[in-house]
Amino acid sequence: MKKIDSREITPEHVYLNRRQLIRGMGALAAASLLGGCAPQSGPEATPSPPAPAASPGTSMPTAVAERFDARLTPLEDVAGYNNFYEFTLSKTKVAELAEDFETSPWQIRVGGLVDNPMTLDLEDIMAFEQEERIYRMRCVEAWSMVIPWRGFPLSALLERVEPSAEAQFVRFETLEDREQMPGLKSNVLDWPYVEGLRLDEAMHDLTILATGLYGRDLPPQNGAPVRLVVPWKYGFKSIKSIVKIELVDEMPVSSWMEAAPNEYGFYANVNPDVPHPRWSQATERVIGTGERRKTELFNGYEEEVAQLYEGMDLEEYF
Amino acid sequence: MSGKTVHRVALGIHVGAWAPLGALAWMAWQGHLGPVPVAVVTRLLGRYALTLLLLSLVPTAIRIVFGVTATARFRRPLGLYAFFYALLHVMAFVWLDYRLALDLLIVAVFQSRRELVGLAAFAILTVLAVTSIPSLAKRLGRPWKRIHRSVYPAAFFVVLHAIWNYKELRSWPLFAGAVLLLLLIVRIPPVTSLLRRWRRSE
Repeated sequence: MKKIDSREITPEHVYLNRRQLIRGMGALAAASLLGGCAPQSGPEATPSPPAPAASPGTSMPTAVAERFDARLTPLEDVAGYNNFYEFTLSKTKVAELAEDFETSPWQIRVGGLVDNPMTLDLEDIMAFEQEERIYRMRCVEAWSMVIPWRGFPLSALLERVEPSAEAQFVRFETLEDREQMPGLKSNVLDWPYVEGLRLDEAMHDLTILATGLYGRDLPPQNGAPVRLVVPWKYGFKSIKSIVKIELVDEMPVSSWMEAAPNEYGFYANVNPDVPHPRWSQATERVIGTGERRKTELFNGYEEEVAQLYEGMDLEEYF
Repeated sequence: MSGKTVHRVALGIHVGAWAPLGALAWMAWQGHLGPVPVAVVTRLLGRYALTLLLLSLVPTAIRIVFGVTATARFRRPLGLYAFFYALLHVMAFVWLDYRLALDLLIVAVFQSRRELVGLAAFAILTVLAVTSIPSLAKRLGRPWKRIHRSVYPAAFFVVLHAIWNYKELRSWPLFAGAVLLLLLIVRIPPVTSLLRRWRRSE
């Protein structure tokens, strides 16, 4: 019989009670989401796919919401194993170094090619209808976690700023605060950390801005107070502690593309058949289990996102 | 080097070589290996292997630079300990990490430059370890020396393997690379003879 570590059960068990509440809230969110529609934003941008019908009591397709339910990564691992180079290169030391990270007040400037630029306070961010999303996060270092996020679709925010017709990409920036972030002294990357998405990727229903996990506010090491989560891409795309969102007409150069253009591409879609130049992406370590699993194309979200890349050579556009 | 000193150094090597394994076992026992113990175990075993491999190249460098020959006897234990840790490192990878899943392992190794150079280094170290069995070494005679020069490419592969392990350039494998470079430079014949002349003029 398979031995089950009590460490794995407890946080889920405690957590699942909370979820009942959030579920109820999510149903409301779903109703408003279904009414929403992606703005027509330029010839390149395809409108986001219609939100799949939500089953009663959930805010997202059952397949997405439920398939990981029993295999959540324990909170202590989610909050204890982090890549956040602004603090340190050590994944297990981020939590301690980021402990006193000041996230209030916090502002996000949203601008660029939009009709309605705005600066959002954290309260404005929290005012978006929050819902729960359980996603697998697959790191480019070949490990993965299953995390219950709390957040809202990025599209909800983008709709509010009204992207203009020329806008084709979204560019994100992380806070660059030398006083709070000791890792900025290292020059492994050009600071501030920059990431980007194609507008249709940004508008996709799976793409969220997360403000919490496991029913609580984001721990600093997980990208407090607000971060991106793009579940079908390698984790480094899911930029943390965002202070700036810009709509642009040219493909942004992300920090990792800048650091090693032959190793990290703009798309960074999870793909077991396209190895990193130095290591295989065929399998991944499942954090908290000691096991390994086969990596799935688009991290298992093929059904939802494959049409975004129709006709594209995924090896060329890695 | 007096007989006493030799014994002390030898003892230091044995204690120093076993200590990291003991520390690792202790950390594992105490559950101090963090959220991903497999990764920590594999990485640390690899790091000890690389360190010992570099140390095994030091006695000859000491002989070239300082003319001290008594340290030559330490090459063999240091090299064998390096192989021992390399073996544990590979076992951790194959057994703890991949649970002997051969199909997954084959993909992992052949899609990956990092694993390929590691495998090459391990293959070389295995040959070197086997051929350092005294009776076998004796039987090999002259070619033994030629075979054991392949420790240089092995060390180079191991350093590459360590550098390639991270998304970005990390300082410790680069430092190991710099040390290897120094240890190799003194072995280049013109440098060796230059050092010999310098030593005699002292």
